[in-house]
Amino acid sequence: MGIFQRFARIPLKSTYIWSLCRQYSTDLTAVDRALIQHRCVHNRGLGASPGNPGAAPPRLPFSRVTQEDLAFFRTLLPGRTITDPDLLKSSNVDWLKTVEVCPQGGNTGLVGGSVPVFDEIILSTSLMKQVITFDNISGILTCQAGCVLENLSNYLEERDFIMPLDLGAKGSCHIGGNVSTNAGGLRLLRYGSLRGTVLGLEVVLADGRILNCLATLRKDNTGYDLKQLFIGSEGTLGVITAVSILCPRKPKAVNVAFLGCSSFQQLLETFQCCRGMLGEILSAFEFLDASCMSLLEKHLKLTNPITESPFYIVIETAGSNATHDEEKLHKFLEEVMTSSLVTDGTVATEATKIKALWSLRERVTEALTHEGYTYKYDISLPVEKIYDLVQDMRGHLGDMAKNVVGYGHVGDGNLHLNITSPSKDPALLAAIEPYVYEWTSKWKGSISAEHGLGLKKRNYIYYSKPSEAVALMGSIKAMLDPKGILNPYKTLPDNIH
Amino acid sequence: CFAPFLCLRPPQIRVKPDRTGVVTDGVKHSMNPFCEIAVEEAVKLKEKKLVKEVVAVSCGPQQVQETIRTALAMGADRGIHVEVSGKDYETLGPLQVSKIFAALAKKEQADLIILGKQAIDDDCNQTGQMTAALLDWPQGTFASEVTLEADKLKVVREIDGGLETIKIKLPAVVTADLRLNTPRYATLPNIMKAKKKKIVNVKPADLGVDVSSRLEVLKVDEPPQRQSGVKVETVHDLVEKLKEAGRI
Repeated sequence: MGIFQRFARIPLKSTYIWSLCRQYSTDLTAVDRALIQHRCVHNRGLGASPGNPGAAPPRLPFSRVTQEDLAFFRTLLPGRTITDPDLLKSSNVDWLKTVEVCPQGGNTGLVGGSVPVFDEIILSTSLMKQVITFDNISGILTCQAGCVLENLSNYLEERDFIMPLDLGAKGSCHIGGNVSTNAGGLRLLRYGSLRGTVLGLEVVLADGRILNCLATLRKDNTGYDLKQLFIGSEGTLGVITAVSILCPRKPKAVNVAFLGCSSFQQLLETFQCCRGMLGEILSAFEFLDASCMSLLEKHLKLTNPITESPFYIVIETAGSNATHDEEKLHKFLEEVMTSSLVTDGTVATEATKIKALWSLRERVTEALTHEGYTYKYDISLPVEKIYDLVQDMRGHLGDMAKNVVGYGHVGDGNLHLNITSPSKDPALLAAIEPYVYEWTSKWKGSISAEHGLGLKKRNYIYYSKPSEAVALMGSIKAMLDPKGILNPYKTLPDNIH
Repeated sequence: CFAPFLCLRPPQIRVKPDRTGVVTDGVKHSMNPFCEIAVEEAVKLKEKKLVKEVVAVSCGPQQVQETIRTALAMGADRGIHVEVSGKDYETLGPLQVSKIFAALAKKEQADLIILGKQAIDDDCNQTGQMTAALLDWPQGTFASEVTLEADKLKVVREIDGGLETIKIKLPAVVTADLRLNTPRYATLPNIMKAKKKKIVNVKPADLGVDVSSRLEVLKVDEPPQRQSGVKVETVHDLVEKLKEAGRI
């Protein structure tokens, strides 16, 4: 007797789970192999407290995963059948209650969203790495959720297209993870967010149903746009298993300019000038401060290509005509130089130099790791206020912090505030939080611009969202995942339960 | 006087359908990296006040002017564009270029010619040596260090066995190797200044040089596709497979 016949005796819900498993059973191998662990993150689940809202909460009353469950998973693999009816029956009936699932892509998230807190089973997408289709007229790519972003970029570049997003973690992150966290990145300024470029999703719901919204249509106004619920939901409403995404053409001409400004105000004016003169060819506008530059020089031995300045800007243009773009760029550079908005700068038009200039922005995170323990904050603010936060933090923390640096997607109003100390320092953390969140809230900013809430920031949601909104989020979660098995302890605050 | 070379640095090289060469249309051209190092060395010598004037030279079609401007932005004083285009440019090789350089060196009364050790598109590594021979000047090739001592040049050369130090009399030809220096970025104020520096246009015929080639390219092919390997379980299998393939 095969598995299916055994299952026929079990209630309907389990059959759905089985159909989920059959389709993705090869992927559960990853689960089985590594991952049933009893993990206590932070303070051994003593719970989030007012002094430490990011800590893991007490464990919810899920069943514990046992050796029997492990055995169940092993036997669910293709080619193996369950023959012991008792084992089968008990495991299956209890299975729905037992399994808390932590979906995991490339595990490059910065808020602990992809890491189990206790013994949640990691559902890894790493084996789901097929490109399903690519249409080179519409530019629509359909692929499984476990495709690594860099691999997709390489695949598309051979076909004269690019991914609409690019981030530092591209060598490891999975597209499914990018979508479920609504990742931003370096190209958002030009191509918009995943909420616009993702055309369809295939999602597996908590009860095992497969929601196939994998449309490849640019326009489809038939009913509620369900995929928007899952984009950015950090795996708490459903597990994304396939994505269809609209990809732009690979630009024929890419230029990068690296500029120095003597004040943040001038940086902002440069941005306005840039928008006006470079307009449609502008594809990135990033900044870093002098502290970042000295860390790059100190730890990574990178050279500053221009004279030392308080602020540095990386501007990228991407267009279809090199001569046209270079002319625009040179006019813009002449303008900002003669008006003294910019004190110095350099331009790169060919690949190795472009990479060298970009690495000055992309490797700041790496340089910071050499300074000890880093406290990372990803904040959205009105653009004029961005650097005020960095300066206020410096004043507020004084000698407690070794470095307070600011860099990021200034074009999107997104600051990456990083603070370092030689080792983890609870006193410093207490000085930073909730000060930084209150500051952000005061200026109606977001306490997590693109990194999401995950485990670490779930309880800070109220700094950026009103309680009615959070309550509605709770209702949606309860509707889609009544047993709360999808990525528990993440995204929504503890008091929602 | 020195010569940055125009070269190809595209993301993906494709062979032309008629197999006479590679596709250069729409491909981004930029200064040969070794020639960039040569420019940097010349500018450094000028900054140390050891040389009076740095002249950047390049041979090729109109686009070459952009490369000369980059050299000017790095600190060269003036430029000479030797115009070679169309069919002549496609067949332009080290021998013709070295004849051009030799003629220019005499005309400009140059004391030192610095160029990159080789162009990364053809990897010839011949121009510097041929130029020195045509002028009957000493040469210091694959230089990783250059020091001016009165009227002599001390050159440390990178060779297979290690480093060789030689002393050569000026005027001389030096070719730059990777470790000679790290080229500076051309910064905006200098890029603006460079716009005002002069680039003079010259034809090979004006220098009495015949650019016709004595070489005929028969064909250009892509390298053979790499076959995927085969994994074997045991040493015995490996030996069998090697025997099958006639390797042992």
